[in-house]
Amino acid sequence: MSVDTILSFEEAMEKYDPVLGFEVHVELNTKTKMFSSAPNVFGDEPNSNVNEVCLGLPGVLPVVNKKAVESSILIGLALNCKIAEHCTFARKQYFYPDTPKNFQTSQYEDPICYDGWIDIELEDGTVFRVEIERAHMEEDAGKLTHMGGSTGRIQGADFSLVDYNRSGVPLVEIVTKPIENVGSRAPELAKAYVAAIREIVKNLGVSDAKMERGNVRCDANVSLRPYGQEKFGTRTETKNVNSLRAVENAVKFEIQRHAAVLDSGVLITQETRHWHEDTKSTTSGRPKSDADDYRYFPEPDLVPIVTTAEWVEELRATLPEPPAERRKRLQADWGYSDLEFRDVVNAGLMDEIEETVTAGATAAAARKWWMGEIARRAKLADVDPAALGVSPAVVVEIEKLIASGAINDKLARKVLDGVLEGEGTPTEVVAKRGLAVVSDDGALQTAIDEALAAQPDVADKIRGGKIQAVGAIVGGVMKVTRGQADAGRVRELILKTLGVEG
Amino acid sequence: MTASELIRSSAAEMAAKLASGEITSVELVQAHLNRIAEIDGGERGIHAFLHVNGEEALAVAADVDARRAAGEELHELAGVPIAIKDLIVTKGQPTTAASKILEGWMSPYDATVIKKIRAARMPMLGKTNLDEFAMGSSTEHSAYGLTRNPWDLDRIPGGSGGGSAAAVASFEAPLALGTDTGGSIRQPGSVTGTVGVKPTYGAVSRYGAIAMASSLDQIGPVSRTVLDSALLQEVIGGYDPQDSTSLTDASTGLADAARLGNVKGMKIGVIKELHGEGFQAGVENRFNESLELLREAGAEIVEVSCPNFGYALGAYYLIMPSEASSNLAKFDGVRFGLRTLPTEGPLTIERVMGATRAAGFGDEVKRRIILGTYALSAGYYDAYYGSAQRVRTLVQRDFEAAFAQVDVLISPTTPTTAFKLGEKLDDPLSMYLQDVATIPANLAGIPGLTLPGGLADEDGLPVGIQLLAPAREDARVYRVGAVLESLLEAKWGGPMLNQAPELASTAVAAEEAN
Repeated sequence: MSVDTILSFEEAMEKYDPVLGFEVHVELNTKTKMFSSAPNVFGDEPNSNVNEVCLGLPGVLPVVNKKAVESSILIGLALNCKIAEHCTFARKQYFYPDTPKNFQTSQYEDPICYDGWIDIELEDGTVFRVEIERAHMEEDAGKLTHMGGSTGRIQGADFSLVDYNRSGVPLVEIVTKPIENVGSRAPELAKAYVAAIREIVKNLGVSDAKMERGNVRCDANVSLRPYGQEKFGTRTETKNVNSLRAVENAVKFEIQRHAAVLDSGVLITQETRHWHEDTKSTTSGRPKSDADDYRYFPEPDLVPIVTTAEWVEELRATLPEPPAERRKRLQADWGYSDLEFRDVVNAGLMDEIEETVTAGATAAAARKWWMGEIARRAKLADVDPAALGVSPAVVVEIEKLIASGAINDKLARKVLDGVLEGEGTPTEVVAKRGLAVVSDDGALQTAIDEALAAQPDVADKIRGGKIQAVGAIVGGVMKVTRGQADAGRVRELILKTLGVEG
Repeated sequence: MTASELIRSSAAEMAAKLASGEITSVELVQAHLNRIAEIDGGERGIHAFLHVNGEEALAVAADVDARRAAGEELHELAGVPIAIKDLIVTKGQPTTAASKILEGWMSPYDATVIKKIRAARMPMLGKTNLDEFAMGSSTEHSAYGLTRNPWDLDRIPGGSGGGSAAAVASFEAPLALGTDTGGSIRQPGSVTGTVGVKPTYGAVSRYGAIAMASSLDQIGPVSRTVLDSALLQEVIGGYDPQDSTSLTDASTGLADAARLGNVKGMKIGVIKELHGEGFQAGVENRFNESLELLREAGAEIVEVSCPNFGYALGAYYLIMPSEASSNLAKFDGVRFGLRTLPTEGPLTIERVMGATRAAGFGDEVKRRIILGTYALSAGYYDAYYGSAQRVRTLVQRDFEAAFAQVDVLISPTTPTTAFKLGEKLDDPLSMYLQDVATIPANLAGIPGLTLPGGLADEDGLPVGIQLLAPAREDARVYRVGAVLESLLEAKWGGPMLNQAPELASTAVAAEEAN
């Protein structure tokens, strides 16, 4: 494998104007496959979630999964696409053993969703509009594992294993229009775009959206042209870049590589590239040209899909609030600073805080608990804060106990211990552990009288006007009450007992 | 009643005898198995069957007899045996599509029509021969040997469903299933003197019929009488959620239509472009005779023109191979069926697929795959596949215009009677012309029926009469077909097959050959 020469990113950006394009494949989480009743489940025993249809046995016929069509329409609506009133499937034909029929049933001339857009917000708040060319339905291929040989590819392998569990899993392929005028923000935009698509499909509930499982897969197209030139340069397509970080790195690497190739006076070869996480670089795949002949023709075994306005509107009515809008709304509602809000988003605790606020806590209290004590304990236990076992209702109840003066912050942490140890609701834990703040003035007065008697010199100092000496008496009272007293109230009562104005 | 008389009965008659207890299903199935053993094997045997399913057929028959004895209510055709074209997948019996590439393959699932046959408790006698993947008009393209025409053993039984037609014509089975993409049920019916129907596209589920051309293929009945085909279509038809192109119409009223018995006041259109020039004189004579009988029975015979039918054959030979080239891509040696390794050079997946397909497919299949691959290629698609689809629309419009004037259309089923074995093997174009009258119905998705129209004067061989009706009006072809059948049989003094030569037993010859 030859190592490509690359330019520094800065130099590449000085000389060339990058144009990007993305094809993101989203695996839908429907119960069954795109065209068969076989289960759509990840990770099972190889070739167990198959039937004669997704194995492409002789005589079988496909039937479209209605739920997959609805999921596709939802994705289209979330991406501000138009929804085709009438669309068809087509066969994309090529021989490869992961494709049982040796053609993939896909959409070609008339995708179900087309002409959309999505606004991508970069980290510094810059908003970049990415236009969506189309989002179409198709089926996934099986998974090949090439055994033996050095490349891990089919060429040179001793044999290959194929798992058809993934064969026929519903996919939506989202294709952008060429993304221009992005300049040096290209790698950042690439990452943000894929993150946004992942967030949208997750928010819609139509995909498990786990990139590490291949639920969301990105092919990144990159080309460079001299600044001021209208015509696009020759592009390469880096396949299956399967993490956000890798998308950013792959785009950056291809820009640097293209720049070096162009600088040396050589033309870019139109081809697919493979991303290597270990070397953070791409290598040449197979040559690809627009003349690749897949002999598309309309799928004769399927009737066209007709979407009525009524159906589309029914689906539109179920759309959740778009993630970006929701974030804006929540930050405003909660009054968090940009920094506070970003921390919450990065910690993945937006949903929990929203639920906690909805359940009755103040936004400040919700943030205090989730980002503070709960996050700290989750980190110690090495789990997600949401998975620690503290429900929004618990946070709300603890907050109420504090507000009523029944417990203080220090006791609240002990209450949390009790809840996590399965001792019941916060109120139950307070009762069982006897954690309630001592607010009975009679009981407190006795403790205060004893403390004053034990330290008569301090009492005299206070009487003499050294108010700050009261701390010593408060400490004594707190000790006697094992911290379960309200310190403020104790102070008040001491001063009153000594006839001193606080 | 002797076994010989029994097997010559119609399926409806057999069903009546079973219902009355005159015969048992085991006797009936055994009589057919004996007939198959007697005439199907050997050098000069009919060779309609690729697989005989005696054990299971007898078990199903015994089960039917037991249920009937116990007073259970059974389907009208329960216990009546049937033969299955070997393009339709069956559990428990091999399915080959008459191709080496599927030799020994056992389907893990039943076609929808097979599930329905089982639900009706019809014993399956076995799987019948065909042109490989249903590609041909003579059954000479089977990888497992040719099938002979019972009327003349040196002639073709038609194709692709020559096995089903010959089995029914030679009393090896009262009923059979066929598939019809361009005439594969009707042309064999025509040349063997039997009845065959291509139902409306979508009337019968295609699930489990190995696809040649998905937009043209249709499973249909093969029988000796029009009523029998109607009864069988009622068994196999109806909506199937596993076939997206299947119609939701109920598969009923067809036998009633066949029993109606009159055509008075019906308008029957003679398609100007589908008789006369290019049609054998004896075919033309029998055709005119049928028109006269229908006229006498009170039908109004008018001539209609379908000017675009002249392009139908050309369009068909682009659409069919295009779809076939895609449908047959799955036969690659990776998951099922034959796998052949290249004899020299590196062992790569592409080369194994290539070697498998080279060894597994016959010449006619390769011819159509190459033709279809070419027609779908970038730069040629519009000129070939695209134009063909436009012609298809024009053919559909011709039918629409014709059916605006008449209730049914009529034509000879084939331009000629059965030709000699080997006669057209080197001339694919002349073979393709056999389907000139049957192809338009496939392009338009409408129902077509063929029934025996008599014997041609010049060669004494069967002539077929084709009836066509608008989509979803299958009942009309059964109604008119049954009337014409009874008029013709009255004229002949019995079924036309009574005039077929007695077949000599080949059982001894077959045994010696073994």
